[in-house]
Amino acid sequence: MTDLAPGPSSRRKSKYTPRKAPDQKLATSAMIASLDAEGRETIAAPLGTALCDLAKTRDDIVGLSADLSKYTDMHVFANAYPDRFYQMGMAEQLLISAAAGLAREGFTPFATTYAVFASRRAYDFIFMAIAEENLPVKIVCALPGLTTGYGPSHQATEDLAIFRGMPNLTIVDPCCATEIDQATRAIADHPGPVYMRLLRGKVPNVLGEYGYQFKLGQAQMIHDGRDVLMISTGFMTMRALDAAKALRTDGIDAAVLHVPTIKPLDVDTIRAEAAKTGRLVVTLENHTIVGGLGEAIAADLLRSNITPAFKSIALPDEFLDAGALPTLHDQYGLSVPAITARIKSWL
Amino acid sequence: MQTDTAHSGSNTSLARRAWSIRRTALRMGEVQGQGYIGQALGVADVLATSYFHALSYRANDPEWDGRDRFYLSIGHYAIALYAALIEAGILPEDEIETYGMDDSRMPMSGMAAYTPGMEITGGSLGHGLGIAVGAALGLKRKRSDAFVYNLMSDGELGEGSTWEAVMSAAQHQLSNLICIVDFNDQQADGPTTQALATTPEAPKWQAFGWHAQTVEGNDLDALVTAFDAARSHPGPQPRVIICNTLMCKGVPFLEARESNHFVRVDADEWAQAIAHLDANIPA
Repeated sequence: MTDLAPGPSSRRKSKYTPRKAPDQKLATSAMIASLDAEGRETIAAPLGTALCDLAKTRDDIVGLSADLSKYTDMHVFANAYPDRFYQMGMAEQLLISAAAGLAREGFTPFATTYAVFASRRAYDFIFMAIAEENLPVKIVCALPGLTTGYGPSHQATEDLAIFRGMPNLTIVDPCCATEIDQATRAIADHPGPVYMRLLRGKVPNVLGEYGYQFKLGQAQMIHDGRDVLMISTGFMTMRALDAAKALRTDGIDAAVLHVPTIKPLDVDTIRAEAAKTGRLVVTLENHTIVGGLGEAIAADLLRSNITPAFKSIALPDEFLDAGALPTLHDQYGLSVPAITARIKSWL
Repeated sequence: MQTDTAHSGSNTSLARRAWSIRRTALRMGEVQGQGYIGQALGVADVLATSYFHALSYRANDPEWDGRDRFYLSIGHYAIALYAALIEAGILPEDEIETYGMDDSRMPMSGMAAYTPGMEITGGSLGHGLGIAVGAALGLKRKRSDAFVYNLMSDGELGEGSTWEAVMSAAQHQLSNLICIVDFNDQQADGPTTQALATTPEAPKWQAFGWHAQTVEGNDLDALVTAFDAARSHPGPQPRVIICNTLMCKGVPFLEARESNHFVRVDADEWAQAIAHLDANIPA
């Protein structure tokens, strides 16, 4: 069990007792809300923009959505290429099956919905119609992990655990707008099926300032350091970079190794970094502690006889609360103050 | 329409084709001592009509882009489709005895990666029609004249995904999609019509915007008429042919056996069934 604040589920159905003063209370963000940019510049709809750019030179690119094109930035592509966009209705099993059929006919379909629906409702269809036949369908899903305050119906906290067991499937969890743009182009070129987590709307740009270039299947050191090795994926790399900055003021030198491709995992880079002595290894992910990046790395390191001090920052194995995202990120340990406090407590 | 078919100009009757499909399926069942023979015997006339009347394909080039696609959603019917593919010259007859064996190209449940002519991996029921919707969209996008046929079972009508695909095909006016339902009223636990309210069948499809026909699925003349009507219907609707078939059709002592999803056939009965066919060769 993680050492987080007490389980909030006891609050449910009990009398309303606010945790914060009235002027500090936050409202549940709209489902379509963007992740808080946290002072960074943002770029609008990186997926849709990249797809439109790709479509200029690639006739095989088509888009599909299951009544969520507006909320996955697919509408940008749909507006620009209406004859290459297929509205499949509120039918995720069909969304996936039809994408498989289009891929069979030589197209490269990008199918979008929310991560909960792709992973929970359409799993068998992704497994059999796409992955088993190794078809080049790109499943790109919004609201990964804890990126909505709507509660478990919309919070895909276990999608990586679900999908990691699927052979042939490449899994990508990009950090920011720059990386979504680059990863969209990279997965379009990849000959097999891909599941990519998506941040949509106004998406913070994080890695652009590091001269970063996404490479499918490759982990990259964004910022090196001597005391702690943070290994992070998705937007938790943004948090890790901010945490590293905060730790520096306390004289702690933390490295951030970004792992955007969850599967296949870049074990060579991860092993090489984790094997360097004297650093606490901390994995960070926007996902349940069960079956995600942390456990994937822990298992590989143990099998490789690499055994550094090892900790994980992840969501608890619980049905998470509804509420405002900043509140929930604090509560579940994904915020920068929560990360720095825990890392300091482990040193 | 059939200028590229392997069978155009053939004098072999559809009855003889169906007979061959039944006989080959029985030989494969005999090898394994098991198999979904009840379904294979029941659907043989539908497959004969498909492969020797309706479909365009090239036996020596199963992936020819101009072919009509034939999706076997019901993976466990593979024994029947292998028999049809052998009769069509797409699979070699001398591999019959490998059916269901290690390293065979003919596994018990049909998979695309194993078998020439097997378009999709079926078996997880309720998948074929949705994939067919995507393929039909893709063929229209490529301005192809090819049809997509999806052969499914009555049991698959119970899967919600089937009805997602049914609505989508109508929404997108997929006139190049022909769904064939093998309605033998038999699923794993008993009669399909006692499991979910699948009846009335054709009115359901019509209400969903399809051109629907119901035919006796073991009547070759009726099948030919229905397939022709499905192909030539001038409207924009997707097309369905609901084929009422009899499990084990063509082998009377098996037809009379208590209906069962996995028909029991004793070791010596395979040869008896083949002997019955050999004594009743159609013209």
